Amino acid sequence: MNSTTSIVSILLAGILTNNMVLSKFLGICPFLGVSKKVNTAFSMSIAVTLVMVIATAVTWPIYTYLLMPNFTYLQTVVFILVIAAIVQLIEIVLKKFIKPIYNALGIYLPLITTNCAVLGITMLNITDGLNFGLSLVNALSAGLGFMLAMILFAGVRSKLDTADIPNFLKGLPITLIAAALVALSFLGFAGIGG
Amino acid sequence: MNILVPVLIVAVMGLILGLGLALASKFMAVPTDEREAKIRECLPGANCGACGYTGCDGYAAAIAAGEAEPDKCAPGGVSTAKALGEVLGIEISSTPKVAFVACQRNSKEKYEYTGKKSCLSASLVHGGPLECQFGCIGLGDCVAACQFGAISIQDGKVVVCEDICTGCGACTTVCPKSLISIVPKDSKTRVLCSNCHKGPNVVKVCTTSCIACGMCVKICESDAIKLENNVAVIDPDKCINCGKCKNACKRKAIV
Repeated sequence: MNSTTSIVSILLAGILTNNMVLSKFLGICPFLGVSKKVNTAFSMSIAVTLVMVIATAVTWPIYTYLLMPNFTYLQTVVFILVIAAIVQLIEIVLKKFIKPIYNALGIYLPLITTNCAVLGITMLNITDGLNFGLSLVNALSAGLGFMLAMILFAGVRSKLDTADIPNFLKGLPITLIAAALVALSFLGFAGIGG
Repeated sequence: MNILVPVLIVAVMGLILGLGLALASKFMAVPTDEREAKIRECLPGANCGACGYTGCDGYAAAIAAGEAEPDKCAPGGVSTAKALGEVLGIEISSTPKVAFVACQRNSKEKYEYTGKKSCLSASLVHGGPLECQFGCIGLGDCVAACQFGAISIQDGKVVVCEDICTGCGACTTVCPKSLISIVPKDSKTRVLCSNCHKGPNVVKVCTTSCIACGMCVKICESDAIKLENNVAVIDPDKCINCGKCKNACKRKAIV
């Protein structure tokens, strides 16, 4: 398989078949918490995508050149440490140099410091044995997949606002049922791209 | 010995990252206005967004930067505005504001609505159950939106208790007919109709409606009333509450 087709298949897999939220069930917290409006869902997804790519760019070399081959069991603790630190650093740098982006993403960045979707994608890159470039592509596709799921679900939830829901299902129960149905629909993508 | 290496790896990494963050926050710190913290202390911290900024922090930053007036905080009211004025060293003369529904709901119903008890849902069915396309549907979306319990429905009409209302504006955004506005509490002369259609059509659908006849405009001595989109609009800054327009209005749309 040449590299172009593998990039395309990774992108497709990350966005559709192996969607972070709807197939792997990672990052459910922001998926349920920040999906009330389409525009906040979009800002949150942009922040998650940004952090996913940067976290991968930092953790992949650390794993490959520092932890391999003897200390691979330190993966989880080191990755959490590094991700938390770089999210803080991104926040400081954005606040100083790119104020508009900080204003747009600022309140979402602390939320994803230890988000399991971010940790998940960095660890999956290692588990799947991807090289550095493909890891970045994989992180990007996972972020885009997260964005697709968030925006779709924000749309579903805005429909729920005007629906006549029985009292016992109001709030989180109907949200979870709706999330399950959206996840079910993504099952239809299984098989695309092998 | 073997256990020392992983411990060292994590410890050294933690140290480097910690130092890096400390240095970053020191050298890349964005200088904040000292007044901003003081202003923030004066605000109630409800983060309601009535001022138009992203919560109390955003509003405090805007005041400190000189971009916002200190009288925008609705829940805090006059006392907060005065406290902010002291911090900024300026005099504040702010009047409290309240929500106001521009409809008396005297329109007939054109069909019987039996769906979900929500104005938004009802407004999606042929523009709502009233003959008047602009009128208050009266199913209480604003009542549900009010965090202070200031809005109630009495005899099918929405009533705002002006003593409780803080003028936060939460109800203004949920009304599907956009009938609710925030007005100064001491303005006692208000137009109670929002029908933008022309005279004859308006007469047909409601007994107390503004037909844009212009009588109030003619009689007003302080030039406070003008017609916009076939509805009389009173400028509260110019209105002296003389009440002449109330008597002039044949349709009883001004009270």
